[in-house]
Amino acid sequence: MQPAFEVLVSRPSNESLCIRLAGTFESPGPAPDAAAALAAIDDEIRSIHFETNALRSWDSTLMAFLLKLVRSAEALGIAVELDALPSGARRLLALATAVPEADPARPEVAAHGKLARAGVRAAGAWVETQKVTTFVGEVALSVIKLVRGRARFRGGDVWRVIQEAGPSALPIVSLISFLVGLILAFVAAVQLQYFGAQIYVADLVALGMAREMGAMMTGIIMAGRTGAAFAAQLGAMTANEEIDALSTFGIPPIDFLVLPRMIALVAMMPLLVLYSDLVGILGGLVVGVTILDLNFAEYVNETRAALDLADFGTGLFKGAVYGVAIAVAGCLRGMQSGRSSAAVGEATTSAVVTAIVWIVLTSAALTLVYNVLGI
Amino acid sequence: MSSTGTQIEVRGLEIGYGDFSVQHGLDFSIESGDIFVIIGGSGCGKSTLLRALFGLTRPKRGSILYRGEDFWEAPTAQRQRWMQRFGVLFQAGALWSSMTLAENIALPLGEYTDLSKAEIRDRASWVLSLVGLAGFEDFRPAEISGGMRKRAGLARAVALDPEILFFDEPSAGLDPLSSKRLDELILLLQETLGSTIVMVTHELASIFGIGTKALFLDAESHTQLALGSPAWLRDECPDPKVRTFLRRGENG
Repeated sequence: MQPAFEVLVSRPSNESLCIRLAGTFESPGPAPDAAAALAAIDDEIRSIHFETNALRSWDSTLMAFLLKLVRSAEALGIAVELDALPSGARRLLALATAVPEADPARPEVAAHGKLARAGVRAAGAWVETQKVTTFVGEVALSVIKLVRGRARFRGGDVWRVIQEAGPSALPIVSLISFLVGLILAFVAAVQLQYFGAQIYVADLVALGMAREMGAMMTGIIMAGRTGAAFAAQLGAMTANEEIDALSTFGIPPIDFLVLPRMIALVAMMPLLVLYSDLVGILGGLVVGVTILDLNFAEYVNETRAALDLADFGTGLFKGAVYGVAIAVAGCLRGMQSGRSSAAVGEATTSAVVTAIVWIVLTSAALTLVYNVLGI
Repeated sequence: MSSTGTQIEVRGLEIGYGDFSVQHGLDFSIESGDIFVIIGGSGCGKSTLLRALFGLTRPKRGSILYRGEDFWEAPTAQRQRWMQRFGVLFQAGALWSSMTLAENIALPLGEYTDLSKAEIRDRASWVLSLVGLAGFEDFRPAEISGGMRKRAGLARAVALDPEILFFDEPSAGLDPLSSKRLDELILLLQETLGSTIVMVTHELASIFGIGTKALFLDAESHTQLALGSPAWLRDECPDPKVRTFLRRGENG
């Protein structure tokens, strides 16, 4: 687009600069280049003035140019005569320059250099660890209060979370568990076919689902579904000062907000895991009967022979522990959230990541413990 | 309910976050029955000071004496008991969004009084009527406007007949009539309940209309510049910055 204006810099005397503004300075047209005008300034210039006879109309396009010019000229100690400018432009400029350009102090200190950054990160990690331990400790104290019957929360909240975290999660848990059962069966079948031992697909699927995959998949689904929801709810409450309001009324936010969510999730997780185990085994059965040509009754018998109650028990216990991890991670990140909508989004992301990391870590730890105990 | 003497005394207070100090060297006292206004430019730490006074943000240094006893040095349980006598109105109302207005008011009442459910419901209707929200008992915060949320927050703050009321910009975002009404309500509460009122506000009409004592915090020097009656701050305060602020920039 051709500019509808002209900026002409001339030098009537050795010490002064004249800037002639002509034409139309209007959005969305191009903007005049302040740097080009400033380039004409050298050590001898003492003043700048304007010529505006041919200036037809103007808006912020011109004002941004003028402000940059005036600020730079002032910094160089050059007087700028604004008399020739339209009075509206003069007044706007006066308003814009009334408060000098600030260099606001920021609380954070920027770290330079690799070593300093590593130090800042290490200090941050330490603070983060302290925060997590403090939160876990507070939750533990609340649980003790709960056991003694002195925790304060509304029973209705527990039922609402149970509804959200339990029955509402069934469709997605069904789908994922069924598919995981299918996948397990296929993976097992490929290997076992070499030995003509396809029937052991039933054992592998049953044990895999009951001991590990049922709990793991349910945990990950719930981390993404319910853990994220907890973080978003509590994050929004933090942003809206609702958690501060609870504290000022002497109602401990951990009792009131975290406990109901944790109770509901810990109650629902084992049930969901059991459901997931069964659906997964069903998935394996479908592969076994349709693709591997196994007999239905044979498959069921093999499954029943492979499993005992302890296998289910280990999975269900894992599920309950994951429930605690998901609830704590979600609530922790929500309550740590900053007071903006962007911070709530970050809290949600962080809650899911934290919950999944904790799930995998506890899964590894529990598997080791089971192994040592021979369960 | 009403009592006389010094309610809150602040000595050498420093507030801030981490290593960052927002305000330091604060010394003032709030007498019983005062309507104490905290004023100053944006970002000078007014809200932070208020949060330290009502028990949310621990100050970095100095002490806040509540009726002669150190507020922040007291055991948590004691501090919580004191906090029950406070009413707080947050900037945006801070109503609990999962509850209706009546439930919002009922929650603290259920915690701290022996009222029956029906009595609590009546009390909720009474305080909602006070702020002009009769009939909105079963609305959720998301279903009413921002100004109404603020008034509902005020209803919740006064429901327990608090000894000290803390307001964070009570009239910001209210229309002039509601804002006037709020001022009248604050005055009435102060007169009838004998409550002490501490508020952060920018509303000149409120500062001069109902304020009995004002504290000016400066964002540049990070300390208090003036303490006295609002009119004195405007007309006679030796610091021109304070006079200019209270005259909306017109020199006097």
